[in-house]
Amino acid sequence: MSLANFVTIGQFVPLDTPIHRLDPRVKLLLSLVLLVFIFVVGKLLPLLALFVLAMVCAALAKVPLMHLVRGMRPILILIVLTVVIQLFSTSGEPLLSFWGLTITKEGILVSLFVVLRLILLVSISVILTYATSPLDLTFALESFMLPLKRIGFPASEIALMMSIALRFIPTLLEETDKIIKAQTSRGADFSSGGVIARAKSFIPVLIPLFVSAFRRADELADAMESRCFITGEKRSRLHVPKLGLNDFVAVALCVVAMAGVYVWSIL
Amino acid sequence: MSNKGLRLLDFEGVTFNYQNQSAPAVKGCTFNIREGEFVSLVGHNSSGKSTIAKLSNGLLQPKEGQVCVYGIPTTDQERLIEIRANVGLVFQNPDNQTVASLVEDDVAFGPENLNLPPEEIRKRVDEALSIVGLLHLLKHPVHHLSGGQKQLVAIAGILAIKPKLLILDEATSLIDPKGRKQVLEKIKHLHKDGYAIVMITHRMEEVLLSERSIALEKGNIIFDGKPEDLFSNPPLLARAGLERPPLVQLVESLSGNGINVPFPKDENELVEALCRLK
Repeated sequence: MSLANFVTIGQFVPLDTPIHRLDPRVKLLLSLVLLVFIFVVGKLLPLLALFVLAMVCAALAKVPLMHLVRGMRPILILIVLTVVIQLFSTSGEPLLSFWGLTITKEGILVSLFVVLRLILLVSISVILTYATSPLDLTFALESFMLPLKRIGFPASEIALMMSIALRFIPTLLEETDKIIKAQTSRGADFSSGGVIARAKSFIPVLIPLFVSAFRRADELADAMESRCFITGEKRSRLHVPKLGLNDFVAVALCVVAMAGVYVWSIL
Repeated sequence: MSNKGLRLLDFEGVTFNYQNQSAPAVKGCTFNIREGEFVSLVGHNSSGKSTIAKLSNGLLQPKEGQVCVYGIPTTDQERLIEIRANVGLVFQNPDNQTVASLVEDDVAFGPENLNLPPEEIRKRVDEALSIVGLLHLLKHPVHHLSGGQKQLVAIAGILAIKPKLLILDEATSLIDPKGRKQVLEKIKHLHKDGYAIVMITHRMEEVLLSERSIALEKGNIIFDGKPEDLFSNPPLLARAGLERPPLVQLVESLSGNGINVPFPKDENELVEALCRLK
């Protein structure tokens, strides 16, 4: 399996869906608000409703289910760890006990709740990056940072840096893959030994990766300058997103949904 | 050399030193490129070819001498954008020239830097992509394209700033033979459309496409003339460390055996010439 299949956050797929068509600023803002909102909701069922809402968005954006599932893989250890801790450390009505450990009803509910939160966090990020091009995403970030520009904050430069970083994710993943294969063919072993041994075995991957990344950065800087890029100069844009009726509808729907979920959770 | 058009690029006694090296990378180079010329720049590794490319648009500044683009010295920081909009550089590795994830966004990078209005950018992007024949890939992610296509996108990105001169720094060396052929075809077309081309290359087959060849050795120009004359001068070729391409070797051994054909641009021309022999 190649690394590019492993990391699904940040993989944009250009489609024409209602979610893709939304203004990036609206998408980013709603996603951020939702991410915070997940931690406001304190009950399982309202959170489940939020999860259903997220899945409806995923379906609208035509995110394949496998893509979402793959997105969970990097946080799998985190999920397992929290489940184990919550399961055994929550006090309440005991359901099952063995080896001196007790699983309580509350423990099950709490771990379900935490897992759902984590899954929601990742799902929202995956959906956002699946349906928003990196360039649009950084446009949104740039426009949020625009007020800071007045005090000399390099908003446009930071946005450009971020879009370049995102653009290089697939390139660097491919490169990592290549280096791993090259080192494996020279007898490197990445899969045996303890955690420390494994971490150490990645040094021969990281060093060439860094060296090449710096060389790439150098060449990219030359290429950008050759294409008339000068730091601090005013730039125009090919795409200037405009807020449309669909964006207002999306905001309204989300606000209503969140208000509903909130009221349900405090009842 | 050629009396084609206006003098586009002028090197006058240009010397350049990299900071950590004692020997200059380019030593007292003088030459000029006119509008519409097709020049190949050849030489060993580290003979100063890439340095000349970077001196041409002000990425590097000469230590001695002067580089001018349409008479504007590259040291003129105020007019740097004008210089770079006239002299477009395409580098070796397409992956390191791509700024944006999508084809159209990447091609738009140059015009965006020129602060053009969105409609004009749209026009230029579509034009540049249709010149290289990739208009149908407008919305594709660049990293899904083949090596040759990626390099064509890089060329389109340069065409979108509407340069008069295109400098290709070993732009075909990292792509597969099929992709190389594709790129070379486009370069030939661009020359026909009036672009001046400077092709930095290791491949002698590519030199044959040009009308004029400049050879470098340790930062010195050791030859400036017709590619045919370069190939028929074995001592010079040896000094520049160049090998005659198989095609040239074939033509020479043919003429050594009494079969005289005019100097061909590529295999097809040779086949054509051989077929016409009586």
